Amino acid sequence: MEKKFMKGNEAIAEAAVRAGCRFFAGYPITPQSEIPEYLTKRLPEVGGVFIQGESEIASVNMVIGAAAAGVRAMTSSSSPGISLKTEGISTLAGAQLPAVIVDVARTGAGTGQIYPGQNQYNVATKAPGHGGFKVIALAPATVQEAVDLTYEAFDYADRDRNPVILLADGVIGGMMEAVVLPEPKTAFPEKRDWQIDGCQGRERRVNRSLDNDTVKLEQFQRDCAAMYERWQQEDVRYEEYLTEDADLVIAAYGTSARVAKTAIRELRKEGFRVGLIRPITVSPFPYIAFDKLDYSQVKHILAVEMCIPALMVEDVKCAVARRTPVSAYTRGAGFVVSPDEVVGAVKDLISKGGAQ
Amino acid sequence: MQKTYARPVSLQPTVSGFCPGCLHGMVCKLVAEAIDKFDMREKAVGILPIGCATLSMEYYNFDMVVSAHGRAPAVATGYKRCRPDNLVFTYQGDGDLAAIGLAEIMHCANRGEKLTTIFVNNGIYGMTGGQMAPTTLVGQKATTCVNGRDPAQAGYPMRMAEIINTLEAPVYVARFALNTPANVLKAKAGIEKAFKNQLEGKGYSFVELLSNCPTNWGVSPEDSLKWIQEKSIPYFPLGELRNN
Ligand SMILES: Cc1ncc(C[n+]2csc(CCOP(=O)(O)OP(=O)(O)O)c2C)c(N)n1
Repeated sequence: MEKKFMKGNEAIAEAAVRAGCRFFAGYPITPQSEIPEYLTKRLPEVGGVFIQGESEIASVNMVIGAAAAGVRAMTSSSSPGISLKTEGISTLAGAQLPAVIVDVARTGAGTGQIYPGQNQYNVATKAPGHGGFKVIALAPATVQEAVDLTYEAFDYADRDRNPVILLADGVIGGMMEAVVLPEPKTAFPEKRDWQIDGCQGRERRVNRSLDNDTVKLEQFQRDCAAMYERWQQEDVRYEEYLTEDADLVIAAYGTSARVAKTAIRELRKEGFRVGLIRPITVSPFPYIAFDKLDYSQVKHILAVEMCIPALMVEDVKCAVARRTPVSAYTRGAGFVVSPDEVVGAVKDLISKGGAQ
Repeated sequence: MQKTYARPVSLQPTVSGFCPGCLHGMVCKLVAEAIDKFDMREKAVGILPIGCATLSMEYYNFDMVVSAHGRAPAVATGYKRCRPDNLVFTYQGDGDLAAIGLAEIMHCANRGEKLTTIFVNNGIYGMTGGQMAPTTLVGQKATTCVNGRDPAQAGYPMRMAEIINTLEAPVYVARFALNTPANVLKAKAGIEKAFKNQLEGKGYSFVELLSNCPTNWGVSPEDSLKWIQEKSIPYFPLGELRNN
């Protein structure tokens, strides 16, 4: 196993190639431009195709063409660009095409700022496009995890014939860490029984997200709903950190979870029994993780999020179902939450009687 | 008896749902005949738009991808780069190509993607019921310009073949009309040429076809052909603008 020191964005790009990604189209935007810059060199080495699209809309539609051709395909962007991709992500879902979409999220509405943010939670988990579909959204907290999840994302996409979102943020994308890169995959499906490749020796195929047969369309929507249920049963992933004895549990994903862990180690040294639930799949959300808590013991749940207002906290509240109070500590505008702030927020809650 | 004329195998044996007198059916037939001529049905991939041309997903007898409104050239780009051995074409209306999908068509043409665009210019949004298109003629009435297109508000109709012809990369740019048998034969030859260029790996070809929309123009099919002759052709001159 190779160990390398890599920047998050480049590590994501390399992991994609090793997962069998052979097509990438993207448009420059900070903080993810290293992904296309890496792939323009790397993809031709493995016989893949790189295109700089004229926009995020064009790029995701190029990915649609590649995916329809049966090729593992990816696009990447950051928040404002993801807005433009939503039309295409919706088309992928409606046309049952697999693809991986990387969102190295930044902060704020409109152009906002290029600094990291967790403001894309609702886009990734609730509405990555029109039409009420869902995707599996994976949220790495380290560069290694970004590599591993990117590598797996293509398998989820192929399995479900549905787009998958890798929800990173500017911290993960820009940070350098040592990573173990996975072996290049060879055993991904070579020929899919739905791919468009010319109708030689078979009936013609039409790939489309529209269906004039509304009875069939309704059935498709029911099948999708059943698939989303299956994800809840089979694909939920989360990390529990020191939750057994915790009377205060932090809920955080990605960068803020990583910071929270450092804060928890500090707090534990001082005798505070604090734990962490870290969703790895933010969609499907690990509601189950909150059912496992002992609510005679857990006095408070604190969501720590790098966005204002907090967004994931709504899912936490839904999971906790009023069994204990839930609140949020937030930083916005690109400020990365610090361990000291989290320590302070926890102590503050405890002093107000939130936990012992 | 010798059989001299038959339905192209690239068309399915079904009835079309285009409005009476609409020339979209003619376009489908010409494209299908050209694909048959090169014996490419089993390698053909049509990238359909959103518009009346979408109906052809029920008529063509080969593989297709139906794209979102305006995005066919981007989808076709991704597809063709992955499967260069397929014969790939986009089939787009004027709202699709010249309004919402203007960026996609310009950059597909500018990159010189080795594919073919069949552009059906009927001067109006057919599918959505007759709104103004970028190609609607000055003074022509539409549901969103009830007093006729006013250049002070809406600018002038866009001559897409000429606009594409400003780019370096395309190898073939032409405009034909579908209003007379003689013009249809020229269009047929142009479509064949555009496909041949692709099969020879030459580059991007753009074929604009002046078509009609009796339903939304509010004229009889017969009068719509006169309309093309008297109103459309003077503004959108016919011919091969580039033939490299
Ligand atoms: C994003 C989006 N916007 C608008 C529409 C609605 N729409 C469907 S077809 C169409 C216009 C079709 O006109 P044109 O491209 O000229 O083709 P025609 O139907 O005349 O052949 C529009 C606006 C849509 N489907 N998607």
